Amino acid sequence: MRTFYPASMFKILKYSLFDLTRSRWTYGYFLFYLIFTFGLLYFSNDVSKAIISMMNIILILNPLIATLFGALYFYGSKEFAELLLALPLKRSSIFMGKYLGLSLSLSLSYLLGTGIPFLFYEIQATGQAWNFLLLTVAGLFLTFIFTGLSFLVSIRFENTIKGFGISIFIWLFFAIIYDGIFLLTLLIFEQYPLDKYALIMTLFNPIDLSRVLIMLKLDISALMGYTGAVFNKFLGTGLGMIVAFGSLVIWIVVPVFVFIRFAKKKDF
Amino acid sequence: MIIIDNLQKSFGRNEVLKGINLNIRDGVITAILGPNGSGKTTLIKSILGMVIPGDGSIEMNGKGIHNNWKYRNQIGYLPQIARFPENLKVKELIRMIKDIRRTEGKEDPLAEMFDLKQAMDKPLRHLSGGTRQKVNILLAFMFESPNYILDEPTAGLDPLSLIRFKELLIAEKKNGKAILLTTHIVSLVEELADDVIFLLEGNIFFSGSVEELKSKYGGLKLEHSIANILSGQHV
Ligand SMILES: Nc1ncnc2c1ncn2[C@@H]1O[C@H](COP(=O)(O)OP(=O)(O)O)[C@@H](O)[C@H]1O
Ligand SMILES: [Mg+2]
Repeated sequence: MRTFYPASMFKILKYSLFDLTRSRWTYGYFLFYLIFTFGLLYFSNDVSKAIISMMNIILILNPLIATLFGALYFYGSKEFAELLLALPLKRSSIFMGKYLGLSLSLSLSYLLGTGIPFLFYEIQATGQAWNFLLLTVAGLFLTFIFTGLSFLVSIRFENTIKGFGISIFIWLFFAIIYDGIFLLTLLIFEQYPLDKYALIMTLFNPIDLSRVLIMLKLDISALMGYTGAVFNKFLGTGLGMIVAFGSLVIWIVVPVFVFIRFAKKKDF
Repeated sequence: MIIIDNLQKSFGRNEVLKGINLNIRDGVITAILGPNGSGKTTLIKSILGMVIPGDGSIEMNGKGIHNNWKYRNQIGYLPQIARFPENLKVKELIRMIKDIRRTEGKEDPLAEMFDLKQAMDKPLRHLSGGTRQKVNILLAFMFESPNYILDEPTAGLDPLSLIRFKELLIAEKKNGKAILLTTHIVSLVEELADDVIFLLEGNIFFSGSVEELKSKYGGLKLEHSIANILSGQHV
């Protein structure tokens, strides 16, 4: 019975998306990016600088929103899940449908909210189109990754407050704490060659990975930072980007896989 | 037809079902009795695949349900606590479930029977407790199924709906369906149940007909026999 039945998964996906289009959070997220991006492009006279500023926001905000909405939506749609569990549907279809429903809905808000302003300012004519596209892809990766992580936490913890708390901690860890620990170890072990250590440490943080992915493409050495420079030195731009890309894919697949496994074993 | 063999389930250290053996026959109404927390809902959810048993097996119409999901289209299920997407209207919910199950349903005669026509356009969160329960009944009986599994189906029903519900059960029984229900309403059991199962502390304490239960545990009335069991006078 390991075969996959996409037909019923798409049904669940359809109803999850339908449900989310009724939520004002979806529109709030879209409007925030729309206004923010228009504002940024209006006030900065240099598109490449605007892209750097966008990057700094996206690296923090997309994971945070995916984390919060992930927990909010998972706990909020429990009734719907229990109704579906009694129907002739595979558990994996139900929970994959939900995961894809939220990830896609968040992605859509983000894509339209940032895409419309950049198209309005004719990004395609500035020579920055590829950089913007890569930034967009990194933002989508972070949305899918952190939705998966917060679903994984939410299915493990019946208690909503615990689930929210742990999800937010995971975000805080990757967005802030991880870099702090990382920098600290670099300072303490200054006299040792730490390049490989830095390379490996970066693979274990999806936010750092996304930053490196963008930086390799932008190729601004002043902004590349230590990890970006290490990636560049060891792997070069091309291979570095492939490694970052592949690692990000793994960061989506593994949490979702574990989430689905938990979902299959859970008592409802 | 549902065959349950040595079903065991624990939640952490709480052993809820300690090896249940049970046949739920076609064309028969089986009532599960037992005090609160005796595992009635856990037994039912195990049949639905919502609770994963620790040990034992469950077979429905000749096929094991383990790692299976298609068998659920042979079940009409009424959950003890009706959990609905509260923002949907009743008719939207019905349409959605029909779409997911890819089958037509007989919701119209049931809505007529339970006087639900006006409720169709209301969001579920605006329904009274009794009306929710009637929607719950409608959803359970909407699709033609060989098995109906009903967890405290009469909670909150008004007398007229209760009569209609009993008629519905008797009709489905005559159609040869296997009907499993839990209830605390003794008169319902006396009137309808062919087989009675009494769950106590994770085991089947009694299994047989209403008459057998009465003659074995004393009391001219069924409620006295049940009271005798629960107060421990049977030992
Ligand atoms: N999902 C669950 N997690 C932990 N304990 C549970 C769960 N579901 C039921 N229980 C426990 O199992 C026991 C039996 O519950 P239940 O089957 O609902 O009894 P009944 O329906 O007979 O009142 C209770 O002690 C209850 O607390
Ligand atoms: Mg119960």
